[in-house]
Amino acid sequence: MATAARTSPAKAKADAKPDTQFRGTLEAPQPATLSKEQELSAYKHMLLIRRFEEKAGQLYGMGFIGGFCHLYIGQEAVVTGMKLGMREGDQMITAYRDHGHMLAMDMDPRGVMAELTGRRGGYSKGKGGSMHMFSKENKFYGGHGIVGAQVSLGTGLAFANKYRNDGSVCVTYFGDGAANQGQVYESFNMASLWKLPVVYVIENNRYAMGTSVTRSSAETVFSQRGVSFRIPGMQVDGMDVRAVKSASEYALEHARSGQGPIILEMQTYRYRGHSMSDPAKYRSKDEVQKMRSEHDPIEQVKNRMIEQGWASEEELKTIDKDVRDVVADSADFAQTDPEPDASELYTDILL
Amino acid sequence: MPIEILMPALSPTMEEGNLSKWLKNEGDSVAPGDVIAEIETDKATMEVEAVDEGTLGKILIAAGTEGVKVNTPIAVLLQDGESAGDIGSSKPPSSEDAAASPVANVDKEDKATVSSAGDAGEKARRSTDEPSSQADNTKVPATPKAEVAADPDIPAGTEMVATTVREALRDAMAEEMRRDQDVFVMGEEVAEYQGAYKITQGLLQEFGPQRVVDTPITEHGFAGVGVGAAMSGLKPIVEFMTFNFAMQAIDQIVNSAAKTLYMSGGQMGAPIVFRGPNGAAARVGAQHSQDYAAWYSHIPGLKVVQPYTAADAKGLLKAAIRDPNPVIFLENEILYGQSFDVPKLDDFVLPIGKARIHKQGKDVTIVSAGIGMTYAVKAELELREMGIDAEIIDLRTIRPLDFDTILASVKKTNRLVTIEEGFPQNSVGDHIASQVMQRAFDYLDAPVITVCGKDVPMPYAANLEKLALPSVADVVEAVKTVTYRG
Repeated sequence: MATAARTSPAKAKADAKPDTQFRGTLEAPQPATLSKEQELSAYKHMLLIRRFEEKAGQLYGMGFIGGFCHLYIGQEAVVTGMKLGMREGDQMITAYRDHGHMLAMDMDPRGVMAELTGRRGGYSKGKGGSMHMFSKENKFYGGHGIVGAQVSLGTGLAFANKYRNDGSVCVTYFGDGAANQGQVYESFNMASLWKLPVVYVIENNRYAMGTSVTRSSAETVFSQRGVSFRIPGMQVDGMDVRAVKSASEYALEHARSGQGPIILEMQTYRYRGHSMSDPAKYRSKDEVQKMRSEHDPIEQVKNRMIEQGWASEEELKTIDKDVRDVVADSADFAQTDPEPDASELYTDILL
Repeated sequence: MPIEILMPALSPTMEEGNLSKWLKNEGDSVAPGDVIAEIETDKATMEVEAVDEGTLGKILIAAGTEGVKVNTPIAVLLQDGESAGDIGSSKPPSSEDAAASPVANVDKEDKATVSSAGDAGEKARRSTDEPSSQADNTKVPATPKAEVAADPDIPAGTEMVATTVREALRDAMAEEMRRDQDVFVMGEEVAEYQGAYKITQGLLQEFGPQRVVDTPITEHGFAGVGVGAAMSGLKPIVEFMTFNFAMQAIDQIVNSAAKTLYMSGGQMGAPIVFRGPNGAAARVGAQHSQDYAAWYSHIPGLKVVQPYTAADAKGLLKAAIRDPNPVIFLENEILYGQSFDVPKLDDFVLPIGKARIHKQGKDVTIVSAGIGMTYAVKAELELREMGIDAEIIDLRTIRPLDFDTILASVKKTNRLVTIEEGFPQNSVGDHIASQVMQRAFDYLDAPVITVCGKDVPMPYAANLEKLALPSVADVVEAVKTVTYRG
């Protein structure tokens, strides 16, 4: 999925000194070679997200989860690989397809699931819901329901990192749909102007709700969307956790070292509809099936581990069972935990 | 005939300025485009350029003269064949002419133009006799010195210093920035330009570019950046050049700043101040003349402050910066240059959410805030002459609204008039009227009257603009109605 090399427009300008240094298109680094432990860890993390989301879909169908619920199934390698390149203190922020991001940031599945069901044990005491969840402790800054708003906010978190000079980077996620929002470019401009430590991860899952990228975007090579702001970008195979990890390490180093923002376009795919209420009639079953059978991020790791002899089918089954237990426990908790007390209606409005 | 060069208006709210320097002497020849003088306003020092060719025949206003009114002849330009002896033939404009002259326009006869007229502060209201015309300049005393009731938050005997609202706001930010490293200010032209309205004057020099941050013209984006920084615990002061432009950013203000504390179950909020001039300035038309007090006061999770006096501006801005919640701080350009007594205290902080009784009275309660107070104060003088003793409440904070003070007053006077420049439907006054009806119905001797801006986009024409805003006469009329003095 590599992009054809594009000439930096800067090259044509005679008088601009720094332009010769700017390369808008970066080649994705070689996929990382993962050790047995790393493969196993990635497998467990991705499987947790997959099983968690399947359970959330079930609970939605049963009426335990209300409103909007956007599942991350298919995109698991993106957050899992990105997290492998992050370090203590780095922040994460995203929009409303956020359950996977929270699990990747090691938030408690019970707290996430209980928020989905609107219970008092949820991360936001049941007052946020699927789209609005936060954990200050785990450096997860939401969970935002307005397409594109998180990009300015993430840029602001990076502004604070630079203000404090604390060496942290904010990983800011948005989709191919949000990539057309105006404030994204306002943020790009400021982030580049001020050399803010931010990594923009565009999760290109090919559909902005029901509108395919070719129908919504004049420039579908999203890694190039920062060129006007002198932000370099690369396209990354977002279905391969090894490729994501390498890109994550590269990008975080870039941002941390004071070179400013960088864009990673993750080429990925969501298997489910935009939200639980989307029948996804805008694409063929074959298209989905092809991605599942040929590019599934979890199957890729599983097959490698079996080929390497790092795990038997039996061991993988044990992992699967453990993950299912964690998810079942979170679902039980989310169904039995009480709803918030009525008095919570008027709390947390002002400090 | 010799041409008179008049004192130009360099911004729409300018009424007078200081003639700081002549760059040409009497007898010098002048070509169009030559800079002939420098004029200083409270916002900036600007150059005056000649439009016509000629010889500078006589300087009428000496360098260093302060408080030169707009349209005053400052020099006479002689044309070919004329001599100083011809000067008397030039007819000075009558005062009526000056008063009727249309706004900020340098001079109808194009005798001089202003080179740096691109001042962002090109907003103004010079329509003649409304309170708003107490415009812009340095140390204009605040409209009529009514007997201002003592503020219980200021200890008796405190030394008071005459300070403009502009200086008070700047002092508040500087004091808080000295006190807390996490406080910074960002916005358009706040740093190197020293503030479009010079509110941030000197801050860059004291605190440096890391804490006084010039942003691109991207309100939506930098409002979001500010909220993001606040979510991580910094305390940004985001200046909007005017609140009209904050419409671009209202999603970040409402959806991100105001709601995050609730949506996160109390884990993280946004300790941020959004401040800037709000409401109509003068002659800037519909898109630049809107009062957002009612808009923001609708939102749970926000506090909304709208000060009138310099003391309140200072004490409340300091409080807003320290407040852990998002605060909308609505200033007014026309008040910036007005001077009020500010207590000389090391750390003067006022409580948000508490109204101030500006003047005690017994016959009727007049409630207002911000620029609206100028109408109240002027109307009160007229009412006094009619034998009506009005109580004036300056809300200072629009949300949370201090109903205790309003209700206590209404229970005493039994009559209520509210004043604001905003549109009438769902106005702040509407909300107050509704609450007073629900909470003090039996005390009311007349229906509440809400004096608002008219239900029209702000027109540009001077006469229409005047009609679109509330007036002192509207207030007097409303008070006469509720007191049955029709």
